[in-house]
Amino acid sequence: MRRRVAENLTAYGFLSAALLCFAVFSWYPIVRGVVLGFQQVDFVAAPTWVGWENFERLFADPLFAVAWRNTLLFTVLALVFGFAVPFLLAVVLNELRHFKAYFRLVVYLPVMLPPVVAALVWKWLYDPGPGLLNTALRGLGLDGPGWLDDTSTSMLSLVLVATWANLGTATLVYLAALQSIPGELYEAAELDGAGVLRRLWHVTVPQTRFVLLVLLLLQVVATMQVFTEPYVMTGGGPQDSTVTVLLLLYRYAFYYNDFGTASALSLLLLLVLGAFTALYLRVTRRADA
Amino acid sequence: MRTLVAPGRSRTGYAFALVITTIVVTVVFVLPLLWVVLSAMKPAAELARVPPTVLPLTWQPETYVEAWRLMDLGRYFLNTIVVAVGTWAVQLAVDVPAAYALSRLKPVLGKGILGMMLLTLMMPAAVLLVPTYLTVADLGLLNNPVALWLLGAANAFTVFLLKRFFDQLPVEVLEAAKIDGAGQLTLLWRVVLPLSRPILAVVSIFAVVAAWKDFIWPLLVFSDPARQTLSVALQRFAPDTPVNLMLAGLVLASAPVVGLFLVFQRHVLAGLTAGGVKG
Repeated sequence: MRRRVAENLTAYGFLSAALLCFAVFSWYPIVRGVVLGFQQVDFVAAPTWVGWENFERLFADPLFAVAWRNTLLFTVLALVFGFAVPFLLAVVLNELRHFKAYFRLVVYLPVMLPPVVAALVWKWLYDPGPGLLNTALRGLGLDGPGWLDDTSTSMLSLVLVATWANLGTATLVYLAALQSIPGELYEAAELDGAGVLRRLWHVTVPQTRFVLLVLLLLQVVATMQVFTEPYVMTGGGPQDSTVTVLLLLYRYAFYYNDFGTASALSLLLLLVLGAFTALYLRVTRRADA
Repeated sequence: MRTLVAPGRSRTGYAFALVITTIVVTVVFVLPLLWVVLSAMKPAAELARVPPTVLPLTWQPETYVEAWRLMDLGRYFLNTIVVAVGTWAVQLAVDVPAAYALSRLKPVLGKGILGMMLLTLMMPAAVLLVPTYLTVADLGLLNNPVALWLLGAANAFTVFLLKRFFDQLPVEVLEAAKIDGAGQLTLLWRVVLPLSRPILAVVSIFAVVAAWKDFIWPLLVFSDPARQTLSVALQRFAPDTPVNLMLAGLVLASAPVVGLFLVFQRHVLAGLTAGGVKG
């Protein structure tokens, strides 16, 4: 009995620093975030309870709807590119027996770059005049778009950068999943007369379904919080076409010092992302069991 | 190993696929970076030319030196190193003992604590932005790298990775050391840590790289320009700096992490799949 107490004391001694860090910087802010959404907060006066006022202010802001629409557009585009491209790339790379180390290295290289660097580099590559992209298009006899300068392509341009910078992670995770598929499955399918596309659909996809689903959910949650690219590359422009939910949240908190309304927006984001997170938890739980 | 396409069916088909993939992957992932490294060595006037030159007509490698001097990059490198190394050291000092306790000492409520830690991974970062910022402000840690160190220590993913590794250590070794009279601290320091080098390497690289790449927290915490990290400072300089100098600055700011990756790529790529799906 005494021994058990002593062991627990040692254990909690080892845990104390972590418990303190988590308590102050994770657990307490989670609770505080909920409370803040219903308060009026600035650095000057003490916070006051205002009920749903922050939410009403948000709904009255014309940018509110714009930000959600833009974020949704970003997320959908990011899924189309960021989900399909790394999977197909992984399938192709898995077939190749040469330069394996090179492919892995190069595909993951942009992931290592600081996001601000990737954003500033691409801002310059997108330049409609001397930029690399439009120069290449001109070489092919095409007229390049205005990329970031044009409301119809600005969001797509941000998605392309984010995809370029992050796709290495998903590609390598898929590649690992593909390598664990037993070869006999492909042989059996081929004996049954299935062509390459049918084998892809009936063997590769089902065998990697779990990894695909998990990364899909993670990606939705991550892309809905996009901030660095719009903040650094467009500042929300042109004509608010790249104002995302997080950019709006940042403005409320750090331009207007209206932390209450920013927190209310956080709670709305939590509500939306909570559904995806719950789904993610269910999926991974089932796999663990 | 048999894969999607039957091997050896068509040699020309394979060669064709290999060449096309190599070209596409190189153009998409290497060319933009190479282009930046080269362009940084062009004079400002040459950079504005349409169509642009591929190789610089006038080589100006001294642009890198000039960028370092003009933007006072030494200061921002130092700030970034303080953040990255501090985050790494504090994260290990806090999370290794915690993971060891959860894995080996199995205290009362241990499972609940781990669950509460993992819960924070499920919390979208954006949701915690404002309350955590205000907490940092309340503690008087604005413009102080300690804020980022402590934020980095509350990393449930690191605790999880370490715990999972400690769980798999052979019990016999630990028992033998215990019989020899080793206390828990000696056990952790002398037996567990040396056995855990692979996971410590992975966690260390991730901690340093994540701190180097981070943007939003340094942006919020360091309003004082003299304290800012490279990412925050470069983004602030971008509008008023000549393009060639800016590009040189971007290359210099990425060089340490890219170098780290080239040296430790085995660890990085192994760590990616070790926790990839869970992360």
